[in-house]
Amino acid sequence: MNKGVASGIMEALWGWPPPVLDPAGPYASSVTTLAWALFAMGVLVTGIVVAALYVAIRGPERWRRKLGGEKAVWIGGIAFPAVVLTGLLIWGLALTASLTEPITGREARVRVTGEMWWFRVEYLDPAGRVIVRDANELHLPLDRPVVLELRSADVVHSIWIPHLSGKMDMVPGRINQLRVEASRTGRFGGVCAEYCGGPHALMGFVTEVHEAANYDRWLAAQAARQAGAVAPGATPGEPAAVARDPQVPERYDPARGWALFRDTGCAACHRIAGTEANGLAGPDLTHVGSRLSLGAGILPNHRGTMMGWIADSQSIKPGNRMPSYDRLSAEELGHIAAFLEAQK
Amino acid sequence: MSETGFDHALYDRFPTTGPRPEGELEKLEKAWRVPPGWGLLTEVNNNYIGFWYVAVAFLFFILAGILALVMRVQLAAPLQDIVPMETYNQVFTMHGTVMMFLFAVPMVEAIGVLLLPQMLGARDLPFPRLSAFAFWAYAIGGISFFLSLFVGLAPDGGWFMYPPLTSIAFSPGINADFWLLGIGFIEISAIAGAIEIIVGVLRTRAPGMTLDRMPMFAWAMLVFAFMIILAFPSVILCTLLLELERAFNWPFFDPTRGGDPLLWQHLFWFFGHPEVYIIFLPAAGLMSMMATTVVRKSLVGYRLNALALVATGFISFGVWAHHMFATGMPRVATGYFSAASMAVSLPAGIQVFCWIATLASGRIRWNTVSLFVIGSVLVFTMGGLTGVMVAMVPFDWQAHDTYFIVAHLHYVLIGGMVFPMFAAFYHWAGLTSRNALSERVGKWVFALMFAGIHIAFLPMHLTGLMGMPRRVYTYLPDRGFDLLNLISTVGAFVMAAGVALFVFDLARRFRFTVGKDAGNVYGAGTIDWLPTGLYSVRSIPVIRSREPLWDNPEICRDVEEGRYFLPGTVTGLRETIITSPANAEPEYLQIMPGPSPWPVASAVFTAGFFLSLTVQAYTFGFTCAAVAVFATLRWLWETDRPVRKRTADIGAGIEVPIQIPGPKSHGWWALNSLMAVIGMIALMAGFAYLYLYGIHPDVWIAPPAVLTTGAIMALLLLALVAAWAGRRVLARHEEGTFAGQAPWLLAVTSAALAGAACWLDIETWNAAGLAPTNSGQGATVFAMIALQGGVVFVGAIMALYLGLRSGRGLLRPPVNTTMDIVSRFLAFAALQGLGFAVLTRLAPGLPG
Repeated sequence: MNKGVASGIMEALWGWPPPVLDPAGPYASSVTTLAWALFAMGVLVTGIVVAALYVAIRGPERWRRKLGGEKAVWIGGIAFPAVVLTGLLIWGLALTASLTEPITGREARVRVTGEMWWFRVEYLDPAGRVIVRDANELHLPLDRPVVLELRSADVVHSIWIPHLSGKMDMVPGRINQLRVEASRTGRFGGVCAEYCGGPHALMGFVTEVHEAANYDRWLAAQAARQAGAVAPGATPGEPAAVARDPQVPERYDPARGWALFRDTGCAACHRIAGTEANGLAGPDLTHVGSRLSLGAGILPNHRGTMMGWIADSQSIKPGNRMPSYDRLSAEELGHIAAFLEAQK
Repeated sequence: MSETGFDHALYDRFPTTGPRPEGELEKLEKAWRVPPGWGLLTEVNNNYIGFWYVAVAFLFFILAGILALVMRVQLAAPLQDIVPMETYNQVFTMHGTVMMFLFAVPMVEAIGVLLLPQMLGARDLPFPRLSAFAFWAYAIGGISFFLSLFVGLAPDGGWFMYPPLTSIAFSPGINADFWLLGIGFIEISAIAGAIEIIVGVLRTRAPGMTLDRMPMFAWAMLVFAFMIILAFPSVILCTLLLELERAFNWPFFDPTRGGDPLLWQHLFWFFGHPEVYIIFLPAAGLMSMMATTVVRKSLVGYRLNALALVATGFISFGVWAHHMFATGMPRVATGYFSAASMAVSLPAGIQVFCWIATLASGRIRWNTVSLFVIGSVLVFTMGGLTGVMVAMVPFDWQAHDTYFIVAHLHYVLIGGMVFPMFAAFYHWAGLTSRNALSERVGKWVFALMFAGIHIAFLPMHLTGLMGMPRRVYTYLPDRGFDLLNLISTVGAFVMAAGVALFVFDLARRFRFTVGKDAGNVYGAGTIDWLPTGLYSVRSIPVIRSREPLWDNPEICRDVEEGRYFLPGTVTGLRETIITSPANAEPEYLQIMPGPSPWPVASAVFTAGFFLSLTVQAYTFGFTCAAVAVFATLRWLWETDRPVRKRTADIGAGIEVPIQIPGPKSHGWWALNSLMAVIGMIALMAGFAYLYLYGIHPDVWIAPPAVLTTGAIMALLLLALVAAWAGRRVLARHEEGTFAGQAPWLLAVTSAALAGAACWLDIETWNAAGLAPTNSGQGATVFAMIALQGGVVFVGAIMALYLGLRSGRGLLRPPVNTTMDIVSRFLAFAALQGLGFAVLTRLAPGLPG
């Protein structure tokens, strides 16, 4: 079991301090300031109403007489809220304006498509061509604005990475754009926030923010891999180029895993660059071995969870579009998992 | 100043002196007698209908509450398997749908049906059979809809039913159809009730009860009913469109053929947000009255409060898109809706401070009512404040669709509607039960509920900020909010314990009665607390202030002794006085229909029609529809009869006409409301058409040749003339003569001409190459034709019904209410057709 990966998804999903109040980007941090101001307003006004109720019921006669007339309604119910609301409105409109900065076209572009019940992620070059296909994981460079181009393949979804930004819906037939920027590295959880039927509850993803230089290196490596290098283990007969812990004897053979992968029909829905697996219905598996999570942000990624997911994804995530391959033996599952693990 | 020419000095004749004639009370009692045995089910008296209505609505509150507990059990810990995913999705959809459509709206409407006649000093609402129909349609439709849960056929697309998730591609089962047809049907009953309430509040108030002296609840119900008339057509239209898309593949919401999923969201929230205020306003009206009662002082800021109700009604129609801030709307639009959403909290603030000021103006009496009133102010304020927070667009982008919103809306709805409702249950139990409810138990009910909602919902604010989205059947462990969820579950059960205790007390103490009630336990000052029988008040008092019972200690005795208006029955039938809308000056005596099985039959078969459509049993369905139409006509048959006596002495020698036709009659007002409803549906259809044109103009084709458009418009203009002429012919005949066959034949001609226009419309669009399945244009154009066809069809039935009445000699010149209604409806149909023709054929783009 790879502990680092397991804690990676846990780090991303951990809810304390609340992500909305623990911003990791300029957008989210201005909203955090607003949120605290709003909470203060809420507590203050609740306090005023409680105090007014107390005076109305228990207060001294003189105070009650003052509160018990129409003047109190004019002050407490009209003048005071009008002032507070006008102030808030001006702030809110100004903030909305600054947060919906026009897109310049110089930002990095990533296309994210909501599918039932996972996220298709495609990294685009400046000309809009797809250079890397991935799923359920979003890699971002530090301090560099990125435009997420949001689409839906089926029903309405909504993308939400509370540390970085508010929600934006993914509406069939439309393309929405969401500008995000991260100001600290780390792993941040994200979810689908619009009810999209079935296992909507289990539709998430992980965002990882890299130092800018690392990000560039990472993207270049992924792009090169996608451009055609043969997948490790994918060519039958050749030993898999997988780094192994010499202490643990490897029972499973990635090459056999590839053969099983191909023959079981996985390739009908999944693509692995550089192989004959070209299915586009399900998540792209070219980099599945390096992902932080499985099943769209719900399981840590290691051999056990991989085998479990293939064998019985329907009880882990009921209703998802991948059948449970419970007819495969543990042995066979192990080979396939070993093969997929090698797809970095 | 007199509104109708009625001399206000006549009011000084009351209370009358001298003995009342022998047998007057007995005659009144006879007219209002309840049919024996099973005949009780045919009763239309609001004392019964209103009570049943409240009881069924409360049943749905309990049922939807149990669904909430089921959800809280599943969410008590992460990754639990107690409720399977499919079931959970049905349960949360049903919880929302039942609470909104089967509990909240019907409950406030039910309280209105039960209390309004007493508060207004009327014998009953103006259309008792319509209330009976509304109740039975609601009860039967609602219960069948709820039962779908037990066969796994309940809808699972959320109470907001966003397509394309609910389109046939992603919801192939009939679950979604249950929602669409079930809810569409229940809306019809809500609209029927609303029309009744508008006419009731404006036209059946006791003499002297000017608008300025109306109980605040009547103000609230008036605004409520207008809002229903304007908002519900939108949801009726969008359910109709989605059903057309599901059943016949008309692509309203399919972006690949020029539809748009956001069209649904606009139409749904155009109804859905006013809906919140539709629920809140009547409860606020009750709050204003109860705050007055518990301190025995008049409401502070009565006019401000009434103004706030009206302002809420207006502003609430401009806030719908704040449910859509995250859909990628233009910035200007988000700014506008943000501002409107904040503005709508101003009138709420006014009301809250009116209540606080009222409480301060006297000495509060501690009882269950005052506890719930104070609890409501507090809980509602807290919900309102989180509402202001989410009206701020940037904050909403974070909070939207998380448990923060779940917390917000439950604070608003429980504080704004459920607590006032419980206060009202205690306050008004004495009106309809032999015993008042227990004060000792009541305090525990309040304590448990008040604690329960804070334990359940306060932590949810945090759960949401920690990243938990709404509408999830489970959540992953180790995210830090396991404990918060467990606390929420405990809170839900604490609240449920409060409700259970209330039900226990209800079973122990509540005994339904009309007449032998416990009475004015809390000492309120409005006329709903006058002594009553089946006929409501023995005599209808002259209202001289807002709290007559406090200002005139003799009024109860005088009313009971028949010393005011209408101390018996003039015609031996059920009657009430129709008064003028502003100053409530007596105008005429209305004869009210009594018990009848036909409204019940009509409701049963209308329900049968909708349910059969859901399960695609079309033959049976249309048989039911035919029976329902027959039952409706049969119920109407007995109304609008010629009366022998022309005027009636309604007390102290004041003579008013009996049952007048024309613009002053209450039927005229009801028809106006109905036409407003149909007109709103048409308007929203027009919006849908223009909206889709704006999104995908590329799939639009040129309309048929202008010549055919001219022909259609000519046909419709002729239909308009024919409709007008029928009424004119009748009017030219002398009273007591026979007007011949012309009036009703002209009506039939009008319907036929409008039908021909429809046919020509379809033919020419087909020839132009447009089919409903082609594109958003095809779908919306044919949807309008379908609406027009439906209206014309109803008009044709009405015209034939008129012919039947003419044959039986019931169509008497010069003026006849049925004739008025039919010809005005047909004229409306022709005008609507003209509107549709202009929109679809002349704009946008010029006819090719």
